[in-house]
Amino acid sequence: MNQSQSAKSMTHGEAGLAIVFAASAFLCLFATAKALDTAFAFHASLACAASLWAVFAIVNRYYDRPAALPLREINGRPNYNMGPVKFSAVMAMFWGIAGFAVGLLIASQLAWPALNFDLPWTSFGRLRPLHTSAVIFAFGGNVLIATSFYVVQKTCRVRLAGDLAPWFVVIGYNFFILIAGTGYLLGVTQSKEYAEPEWYADLWLTIVWVAYLLVFLMTIIKRKEPHIFVANWFYLAFIVTIAVLHLGNNPALPVSVWGSKSYIAWGGVQDAMFQWWYGHNAVGFFLTAGFLAIMYYFIPKRAERPVYSYRLSIIHFWAIIFLYIWAGPHHLHYTALPDWAQTLGMTFSIMLWMPSWGGMINGLMTLSGAWDKLRTDPVLRMLVVSVAFYGMATFEGPLMSIKVVNSLSHYTDWTVGHVHSGALGWVGFVSFGALYCLIPWLWDRKGLYSLKLVNWHFWIATIGIVLYISAMWVSGILQGLMWRAYTSLGFLEYSFIESVEAMHPFYAIRAAGGALFLIGALIMAYNLWMTVRVGEAEAQSPVALQPAE
Amino acid sequence: MSFWSRHQIFEKNSIVLIGGILTVIAIGGLVEITPMFYLKSTIEAVDGVRPYTPLELAGRNVYVREGCYLCHSQMVRPLRDEVERYGHYSLAAESMYDHPFQWGSKRTGPDLARVGAKYSDEWHVTHLTNPRAIVPQSIMPGYAFLSETEVDVSGMASHLRTSRAVGVPYSDDQIANSVADLKAQADPDNAGLDAFAKRYPKAVARNFDGKPGMPTEMDALVAYLQMLGTLVDFKLYNKKVNLR
Amino acid sequence: MAEHSDFDQVSGKTTTGHEWDGIKELNTPLPRWWVITFYLTIVWAIGYWIVYPAWPLLWSHTTGVLNYSSRADVAVELANLEKIRGDKMVALGAAPLAEIEKDPALLALARARGKTVFGDNCAPCHGSGGAGAKGYPNLNDDEWLWGGSLDQIMQTIQFGVRSGHPKAHENAMLAFGKDGVLKKDQIVTVANYVRSLSGLSTSPGYNKSAGAKIFADNCAACHGDNAKGNQELGAPDLTDKIWLYGSDEATLIETISNGRAGVMPTWVGRLDPPTIKALAVYVHSLGGGK
Ligand code: HEC
Ligand code: HEC
Ligand code: HEC
Ligand code: HEM
Ligand code: HEM
Ligand SMILES: [Ca+2]
Ligand SMILES: [Ca+2]
Ligand SMILES: [Cu+2]
Repeated sequence: MNQSQSAKSMTHGEAGLAIVFAASAFLCLFATAKALDTAFAFHASLACAASLWAVFAIVNRYYDRPAALPLREINGRPNYNMGPVKFSAVMAMFWGIAGFAVGLLIASQLAWPALNFDLPWTSFGRLRPLHTSAVIFAFGGNVLIATSFYVVQKTCRVRLAGDLAPWFVVIGYNFFILIAGTGYLLGVTQSKEYAEPEWYADLWLTIVWVAYLLVFLMTIIKRKEPHIFVANWFYLAFIVTIAVLHLGNNPALPVSVWGSKSYIAWGGVQDAMFQWWYGHNAVGFFLTAGFLAIMYYFIPKRAERPVYSYRLSIIHFWAIIFLYIWAGPHHLHYTALPDWAQTLGMTFSIMLWMPSWGGMINGLMTLSGAWDKLRTDPVLRMLVVSVAFYGMATFEGPLMSIKVVNSLSHYTDWTVGHVHSGALGWVGFVSFGALYCLIPWLWDRKGLYSLKLVNWHFWIATIGIVLYISAMWVSGILQGLMWRAYTSLGFLEYSFIESVEAMHPFYAIRAAGGALFLIGALIMAYNLWMTVRVGEAEAQSPVALQPAE
Repeated sequence: MSFWSRHQIFEKNSIVLIGGILTVIAIGGLVEITPMFYLKSTIEAVDGVRPYTPLELAGRNVYVREGCYLCHSQMVRPLRDEVERYGHYSLAAESMYDHPFQWGSKRTGPDLARVGAKYSDEWHVTHLTNPRAIVPQSIMPGYAFLSETEVDVSGMASHLRTSRAVGVPYSDDQIANSVADLKAQADPDNAGLDAFAKRYPKAVARNFDGKPGMPTEMDALVAYLQMLGTLVDFKLYNKKVNLR
Repeated sequence: MAEHSDFDQVSGKTTTGHEWDGIKELNTPLPRWWVITFYLTIVWAIGYWIVYPAWPLLWSHTTGVLNYSSRADVAVELANLEKIRGDKMVALGAAPLAEIEKDPALLALARARGKTVFGDNCAPCHGSGGAGAKGYPNLNDDEWLWGGSLDQIMQTIQFGVRSGHPKAHENAMLAFGKDGVLKKDQIVTVANYVRSLSGLSTSPGYNKSAGAKIFADNCAACHGDNAKGNQELGAPDLTDKIWLYGSDEATLIETISNGRAGVMPTWVGRLDPPTIKALAVYVHSLGGGK
């Protein structure tokens, strides 16, 4: 011990970050004092507390650790860094449940409006962004970070790059979620769907995201495998493109650097174009490319079968990322966006159909030779059903992009149904499947606490999804038809409020579906908790392959 | 070398892979977005669209804050049922001073692009306070608290100045008098009413929430709702010129 | 790890030879149907670009061989709608108001037109069936503020009440308390008097003759000596049991102290003349038409 103490010194990273956070604590304290609105003061004080905690944690960690940083390899085997992966995986489960619960609440509010309680922070308009951000960015984002950090290490056969950097990414990202979420409740929003956080949260996310890109990229650069695995192409495309989209959609000028409110640089039709360029590709790169990466690792791994087609991977990868970018205007059909742009949005969406299905084919066909496993392994079943939902959503999407169809579906619950077949079926199930695989691996458990509970989760959630999306199809199409219905004399048949009344039963069914989905997730959380708590330990951690040469 | 093995360059070199990704994703965005800024036909040439008055701007900020856009669109599409139900289809010019835009993507409630002057101020106040008191079938949340909160006027000039920096043509005069104008518009007896009317011709000044005292957020929100869709005079609008 | 191809026992296909954490890849060729469908969507897209406006250029954009525009399209659609509605709607526009109810076909048309427009424009205030709400009159009953003849209804709908339109009905209930015309106790007295007019109970100790005097001095000018109201002035009948704002003592005191001036918007700019006509007929036929 003595010896190590004398040789022990802070790394540049530790010292530098501690100093930066100390400075940030002062700045945030100052900002709290100067704040022009209470939300900003609250966020500045949160940031101040978090900065102080970060300084403390860095110094504390320094005193606790041995003189040498963790080795990158032990006995020629990579010394994987799983701490940040565990952290993100736990956060994913937490935010998932929170996000589904808020989803259930807002679904119930649409059926029983008294549940708005007429308080500012419980009204639908403030809770809806909380729901979308909690499920997409908090739940989905943590799943993506956890799996990407896991997969990139395993498939590159190296320890995650950086020492503090991975922790900075996972904690910094969750701090962003905290700021964004509390902001919505306090009425802090830019009103740009899926990019609602205000300027200071946007700036913070930019920093965290660049760190994420660097950690991921440096790990790939240091890899021991000659080739980059297909999952990592998708992760990389996801990380890089989200950075570009975030920067393009969010430029804003704060009214004061001591206040939360800002005005977006773009206006009117240009802002609309930027927004849905962003919004559609948040779907394409966050909810699609990122989760396809998960599929490309976890399905072959769980099924113990090779990926179906390397060539398909190549073609559908490049086709998807090229074509997705163009499809944004399908969110703006028949609006004041010029017709020419709408045409491009529609045609590129149609061309996107097959590249999307390329992913589905690669996922499903990977099971050829192992279909029997679906009967015995509910985790694999969840993964496979998620791919089927992916196929369904990416067929429905191009269909809804056709202008005549969209003239009916736009503004209605049909869109919401489409979203949730993608969100619950694809994003939800593939994440659940990945977490069911990951938790035993991370905590060195032989297997899950109970496969039976996974089976229950699977069925309860599947029934929930079916209730949800079929209710929304009916209500959406009914809504669209009622709005455009004409009597034989040539007059509008229904007033708007009649369409609102007609939605009630479907909103109630949707809420029931959401409740089932939430119950499934609670079962899952219990199962994972028990896996970690009482699960049988693996005799030895999985042996890594020996390096080639 | 076969077609497929050429792909190795991306698989073996992460920087080339990133470069490839960036190139491929740049194209679509550049081709679709850049022309929005230089093609003259993107924003129609029409008269009447003016920047929001300070009170309307404050109301718009309440609208954004409460997330009204999540249930209400502000974009009447050129489809016959919508034009019949809501009025003339929306023009790009009508939202050109909107930072950010509020077109919306879901119609849980009706479109609001042309709701201005459709109802009385009292109706809006009653409706926003308790929607089901007046529309029993409504599923809209109540916003009674808006009547209790005064508009925060302290930063009004900065709001206008920031808006100008992102492209809304506020004059120095309008910025300098923003607080006075905000108060004048919500008070029919205000001495500054004439000056206000000069700075914002045709803008309506009323005691929107019917309560005496400082303008509330209810005043501001109703002032905003009451001007929506009223700026362009469609009798003077040339449909032929603006097809695109 | 081997760089050369490998053989997968189960599928009988070759792999690419790489392996990551135990995962291999088959070298399966692209599914034919997939490639063909992909090409078909591309061909279709190119076709669509030729036909419709699609590609931005430096000064304008391609317009497509059809010269399509969604805005031109809706104009055609709306013109077609006029054709569906046919000459009858033109006839409705041309017919004098009084004639419409005599012609069953026109009447049916007017009611149908009125009903559809009423739902989205009037029902938010007057209720789905026109039954009204506090401050928003019931249009089904026989009580009219501004008159229940077809012409009077038409007039009200066109220009509204206190709507800001120069031709709108303007007269309002005065604020006797706020303006200092009546004292608090006088207001209580006259409020009780008003209640007594329609047979409602009065508070103990209320002085009827004092109430009658206050009424005659201050209210009769508008509401009439017998309190039967005056449709010229929009002053409601206070002897019937129909109340716009309410008949309990507190509400009456509020009405008399602070006045009332409900606003009915003007519709001339928003709705076209035949539609307003149709609305007048529809409202007139709701029940209480005079
Ligand atoms: C949960 C969804 C929801 C939210 C959030 C919401 N509304 Fe509504 N809104 C409705 C519904 C449904 C209607 C139709 C029934 C009615 O008139 O209440 C409506 C009607 C309206 C109308 C009448 C429109 C017309 O032409 O009849 C206005 C104005 C309005 N809302 C303004 C707002 C404002 C301002 C906000 C935010 C402060 C808001 N709404 C938030 C659902 C919502
Ligand atoms: C903003 C709410 C509002 C809307 C919308 C509205 N009204 Fe009214 N209407 C009123 C009020 C308030 C009055 C009573 C005015 C008064 O107090 O004198 C009224 C009065 C009337 C009257 C006169 C009743 C009488 O007793 O003389 C008629 C007729 C009428 N409305 C028809 C319509 C029709 C038809 C429409 C739709 C095209 C419509 N209203 C839309 C608020 C509204
Ligand atoms: C200048 C004319 C005028 C005078 C004077 C006047 N009123 Fe009125 N009164 C009206 C009008 C107009 C209304 C309808 C207001 C509306 O429609 O919003 C009204 C409405 C009322 C109502 C509400 C009826 C209901 O159905 O809810 C009451 C009660 C009433 N007046 C009582 C009185 C009394 C008592 C006095 C004298 C102390 C008085 N009015 C003097 C014009 C007048
Ligand atoms: C318990 C499960 C869930 C329930 C009950 C639920 C419910 C809802 C409701 C009621 C809305 C608002 C719809 C409207 O405005 O009419 C909504 C919107 C949305 N939800 Fe969920 N949700 C759930 C899970 C999820 C998940 C897991 C995701 C994503 C991974 C998700 C993503 C979204 C998105 C993107 C929207 C916005 C849709 C749009 O703007 O068109 N939801 N959800
Ligand atoms: C080929 C693939 C897809 C295409 C072409 C597509 C197309 C569309 C279309 C046309 C809309 C409706 C826009 C509107 O009318 O407002 C939409 C909405 C949406 N889609 Fe997809 N979709 C695809 C796949 C997916 C997937 C896999 C998801 C995953 C979850 C998804 C999530 C969403 C969301 C969240 C919205 C709602 C956006 C909003 O209005 O807030 N889509 N999509
Ligand atoms: Ca943002
Ligand atoms: Ca949306
Ligand atoms: Cu999209």
